[in-house]
This record gives sequence, C-alpha cells and structure tokens, in this order.
Amino acid sequence: MSFINYSTREINCKIVYYGPGLCGKTTNLQYIYKKTAPEQKGKLISLATETERTLFFDFLPLALGDIRGFRVRFHLYTVPGQVFYAASRKLILKGVDGVVFVADSQIERMDANIESLEDLKINLAEYGYDLERIPFTIQYNKRDLPNIVPVEEMQRVLNPNNVPYYEAIATEGVGVFETLKDIGKQILKELKKNY
Amino acid sequence: MAEFVLYEDAFKRIDEELRRLYQLSNAKLVFLVDRNGQLIASVGETRNIDTTALASLTAGNIAATGGIAKLLGQKEFSILFHEGERDNIHISLVANKVILVVVFDQRSSLGLVRLRVKKSSQVLEQVFSELETRRPEKKVEEISPFADITDEDIEKLFG
Repeated sequence: MSFINYSTREINCKIVYYGPGLCGKTTNLQYIYKKTAPEQKGKLISLATETERTLFFDFLPLALGDIRGFRVRFHLYTVPGQVFYAASRKLILKGVDGVVFVADSQIERMDANIESLEDLKINLAEYGYDLERIPFTIQYNKRDLPNIVPVEEMQRVLNPNNVPYYEAIATEGVGVFETLKDIGKQILKELKKNY
Repeated sequence: MAEFVLYEDAFKRIDEELRRLYQLSNAKLVFLVDRNGQLIASVGETRNIDTTALASLTAGNIAATGGIAKLLGQKEFSILFHEGERDNIHISLVANKVILVVVFDQRSSLGLVRLRVKKSSQVLEQVFSELETRRPEKKVEEISPFADITDEDIEKLFG
C-alpha cells in the first residue's frame, strides 16, 4: 500500500525482495546501498543472526528523485529466506507495492526456488493480493557459478506469465539496479493506472 | 492496490495532537507510523535519530508482537513498552491502523505517558475515521500527482 502524503509532498512505496535462503536478497540491498549517493539513501538496517543470516528483515530507504513536485521514496525490504522463518516472511509482505523474486540459479537450488515461489503466492493470497496482478520482477541470480540451470529452463519453471526478468551476479552488482529500476517503474505505472 | 492518502488538513490536526502529547507527557520524541512502517509525522528531538529506520523497526516490532498474539489466541497486544537505561519507549496501536510511539526519559513517567497517550489516541482515532469517510469527496478537490504523470516522467526518475 503506497502512502501519499500531500503535506510533506511524498510518495512512499514498499518493495519486498523474496526468495529462498542464501539466494542473494541481502546482497542486492547491500550493493544498492554501496552504490547510491549518500543524500539518496537512509541507513541499511539488518536484523540478522550472528552468522549474518537474515533473522527478520533488512531495510533500506531510497529517495530517487521527484515526480511532479512529489518526492518518491522506495522502502526496500528483504525477507528471511530460511524455511522455518515462515511467520516472519508473511509479516513483511504486509502492505507491499511490488515484489522482486530472487531465484538461485544453481541446479541444486531449483526445488528451493519453486518452494519459495509457492510460499510467496500463498502469503500474498492471505493479504488478498494476487501475484499476477501486482508489480512483480524476477531476478536469476548467481549467473557466474558453474553449475547453473539455463535461463530458458528457469523461465519455463518459474516464470510462466513471462514477467520481466534479469540475469544477475549480485555480489558484483550485475543486474541489481536493472531489477530495482524495473520494479520501481512497474509500481509507479500501477499507481498512475489507478488515477 | 489500495493507497493511504494523507491530506494537508488532516496532517495539521495530527501534527497538532502529537505536539500536545509531546508537551503534556514531557516526552523526548513522539511519532506516528503506519502499520507498514512508513513515518507519518514526528515531533521532538529528531535531529540525531534516523526516524525512517525507527519507523520501519517499530512497525516490525508491532507486526512481530501481533504474530505472537495470534499464536496465543489473542487479537492483538495493543501496547508495548520497552524500558532502557536512559530512555524508554511506549508503543501503541491507534484505530488498528497507525502506531503511536513515545520516547521518554526520567523527566516523565510511564503513568503519565499512558494517560496522555490514551487521550491523544481518542483524538487521532477521530481524525483517521474522518479521513476514511471523507476520502471520496476530497479526492476530487486535490490534484493527484499521478493525474498527468507521463511514462517519460517515470523513465526520467530512473535515468
């Protein structure tokens, strides 16, 4: 649910990075944080375990610029990917405006991708959202690793509706901003459509 | 997807009430957040505090506690209180929609904060319920930033 404040002239939108454990959701946010100008970003908050696994969420506020005199802010969240954090994952989806699904390209993680995507659909449905009707982008991450599934196969299994997708190497920043720009544009176009 | 739109007059009333609460409860900081973690308004010593992060974490806190309540068969825990060495934080749900947060130190007390929060919550509840019902007619009066936004504007933002 975007929040439009006429008094402070701000539009706030919430983007959630979803995906199986260790797929690179936090790495996406860390790269965005590293490469954004100081005046455009707030603090990167990570609620993580001692071993740097996301415990509750990561949070990064971004202010990219103005549209028609309104400051556009994106609030980026990641969910904890590990299976047993199901309850926390659901909480973070509340009020989401757009979802990025980060898929792990490694062959042995395909089952985890499928399971996580199903989990996303179920959790969204509980808030009354339908993945086919909200801004949604897929990122195929870890394209630099040797044991990866071909993109065509990932598309067939994970992206039957052919939503925008990007190949990425999040540790090096490849595809990270492309993914963010895509979901940001989709969200603003959706907002526009509703007026 | 539904949006939460806050108009200038409602914002002024909220701001006024937060200021009153800030003064009457001797607080260090008072702020209002929506349940999704977006900051609505804040009053007090905010200079050295990252209020955006504070808002997001507060909403996370309420969401997590709400999850616990559900597991225990409770509807909601509507008040949270955290006691610190120097500062304390009082968090409460207003109209099941927004989160009112008061940060205070030894210049105030939990009793005083609870009393003032209760009074302010009634006022804020009124503002938000009016905002809901008045929304349709206001929508026509206000010019939406999206009314004549072009694809080009959106592209430019990401240029």
